[in-house]
Amino acid sequence: MRLLAAYSFRNVIARRLTSTLTIIGVALVVFVFCAVLMLSHGLRQTLVDTGFDDNAIIIRKASQTEIQSILPRDMANVVRADPAIAPAPDGGPFASGELMVLINQPKRGSNDPSNVPIRGVSPNSMTIRPNIGLVEGRMWKPGTSEIIAGAKVARNFQGCGLGESVRFASRDWTVVGVFETDGSGFESELWGDYEQLAQAFQRPIFSSITVRVPGEAKFAALRERLENDPRVTVDVKREKEYYAEQSNFTRTYINVLGLIISVIFAAGATVGAMITMYASVAGRTTEIGTLRALGFSRFTVLLTFLVESIFMGLIGGSFGVLAATFLRQFEVSTTNWDTFAELAFGFETSWGIVVGGFCFAVAMGVVGGFLPALQASQVRIIEALRAK
Amino acid sequence: MRLLKIIYRNTLRHWLRTSLTVFGLAIAVVAFIVIRTTIDAWYAQSEAASPDRLVTRHAVSLTFFLPLAYASRIEDVDGVNMVSHASWFGGIYVEPKNFFANFAVDHTTYLDLYPEFQLSDEERTAFMSERNAAVVGRKLADRFGWQVGDRVQLQGTIFPGDWELVIRGIYTGARENTDESSMLFRWDFVDERMRSESPGRAGYVGTFIERIDDPSRAADISSKIDALFLNSIAETKTETEEAFNLSFVAMAGSIVLGLKAISILVIGIILLVLGNTMAMTARERVSEYAVMKTLGFRPIHIVGLIFGESLFIAAIGGGLGILLAFPLGALVQIALSAFFPVYNIAVVTVLLASLAAFVVGLLAAVFPAIKAVRTPIVDGLRIVD
Repeated sequence: MRLLAAYSFRNVIARRLTSTLTIIGVALVVFVFCAVLMLSHGLRQTLVDTGFDDNAIIIRKASQTEIQSILPRDMANVVRADPAIAPAPDGGPFASGELMVLINQPKRGSNDPSNVPIRGVSPNSMTIRPNIGLVEGRMWKPGTSEIIAGAKVARNFQGCGLGESVRFASRDWTVVGVFETDGSGFESELWGDYEQLAQAFQRPIFSSITVRVPGEAKFAALRERLENDPRVTVDVKREKEYYAEQSNFTRTYINVLGLIISVIFAAGATVGAMITMYASVAGRTTEIGTLRALGFSRFTVLLTFLVESIFMGLIGGSFGVLAATFLRQFEVSTTNWDTFAELAFGFETSWGIVVGGFCFAVAMGVVGGFLPALQASQVRIIEALRAK
Repeated sequence: MRLLKIIYRNTLRHWLRTSLTVFGLAIAVVAFIVIRTTIDAWYAQSEAASPDRLVTRHAVSLTFFLPLAYASRIEDVDGVNMVSHASWFGGIYVEPKNFFANFAVDHTTYLDLYPEFQLSDEERTAFMSERNAAVVGRKLADRFGWQVGDRVQLQGTIFPGDWELVIRGIYTGARENTDESSMLFRWDFVDERMRSESPGRAGYVGTFIERIDDPSRAADISSKIDALFLNSIAETKTETEEAFNLSFVAMAGSIVLGLKAISILVIGIILLVLGNTMAMTARERVSEYAVMKTLGFRPIHIVGLIFGESLFIAAIGGGLGILLAFPLGALVQIALSAFFPVYNIAVVTVLLASLAAFVVGLLAAVFPAIKAVRTPIVDGLRIVD
């Protein structure tokens, strides 16, 4: 078997041009395949990382996002009074009523305007999400038109960097700090004082209330109570679950389109592999005859050619996966159609994607190589030896 | 003429390889056309825009509403001859995955402003006279099997509660790129309920749409409208319908860019498949070419043979791909109907695909041709493969 493997290997080298073309083809397909999965994974990762296990978010019933949700103050008070909510450091309930609006702001570079979410927050908002930290500047001062910007917004949008200012709701808002949150969706937002923003936008309501409810039992109790309380019409969700849902539409889009493209590409590359392998078989009829005459079985011949094809698939797959991992340096910024707001996220790898990429490459090798290998195994010894 | 015959015969010599190559080419061409059409679909809305329509929205963002009272002030602007309004309703039909665009519109003016939505006179009258009447596009009606008279319940996401509507008309588009997958119903029906349930939100609309006398004055009229509301609670932003629609494409940003990149990569795949075939063909025929050269064929003949065969295969593959693209495009249209109301394969796309196949046919033949010409006769005759 080792001999045959070496034979396959040398053949790939001997037919440099066609082998290279086939390998490039497979590499290209695996690259696209991985890129699509990485993008989808990155989008999900970003949104799943937004939010905490112990937090729950409350929005108006049937509104799918915070932007559509409206909770009047009296409803908010009912929610805040729920006994399941953990106490905050200041003694009150650990709850943060927030206002979420979209502002239209031009991007850096392209000048294309896009929707940036701006969140009106309270001092509790920072402590209820412990991974949020300022990396530059300072926190906004209460009662002023100061805001802090998520790192990705600060990078991608005009006027959102430290020291710059954004104009909306008839005021200029100065960015006094930049925050990071381990790459979560909050980094695509601007944060300001709830009281100031509610006044400026004339929206004296909350879009959502985020509360700390440790443990499944307390969360279930909170949900049960609030969803059955006639005074409020709300949906109660785990913060993580809520944010994960925010990627459904865009992710479906990426996945469906990506799948179609990958399948088409794969068909192209498989055909390429098949052409190469058929040529390889045709060019080596005499050799095959010799092998058979020496006593190698039909099955061994079939295996040899299949191995050669899989081998090319693997080389192509390795290049494809390797090239795809370089995509991790790029950040994609696009509108999340679920929320209508701009969201920046990256290409994220996982072992599943790497293994998937290789499986895909091997599959192309098997499919592309099987028929030619079968043909090789059917060669008749005498005719083969007589061939020129 | 004889050369053509040789080309034809050569193509058929390895019928299996040729068919595989043709198949590979066809797939890539189909992919190219489908992806280009998807890109076009993003732009379809802006191309369907009329140059004499302007859209006014809240300056902060589309998610903010404007007071209805603005309408009469806009109407007074010189050059504006009609004002209507539409509000994105965002209603869900049964479940979120049934997504389609639904708008609450001013029933008295909207259909006059959008003459491309064609309704019969009875349907128009019914829409005017019944408060909970709705009209839907032909494609949307087909998607859910709706007929005139059907009751449809939407669940509000922006306007809470259940909203029961009666379909009183099915419109068809006057042009090929008219959106036939939206639902329109009456804004006054929505506003009436807002007035009783959350009075603070009554009397507001999403966007105003104006028809202007002279499209060349669009910029001037836009700034006049915006000037009216400068420094008010709700400042406005007015732009042409086309610019308004294009802002959605800009929002998609990287996705459209990614698609464009992939459509070029697809051409790369075609090149690999065909290049592979031609390289093999030329290598196998080195001795043949040597014989031909010995017989007095000039290098130009050999080059002609190789290019001819490559272009011939490219033509068949490209042609097949273009033929297959139409049924496949129809399937994709059904699959993505929620995303793209208009999905038509453009003539330009077909021409581009043909051009791509032609260029690939040329490029694939370059290396084999150079090799065939350069190989000395003696070496050519000696080669055994």
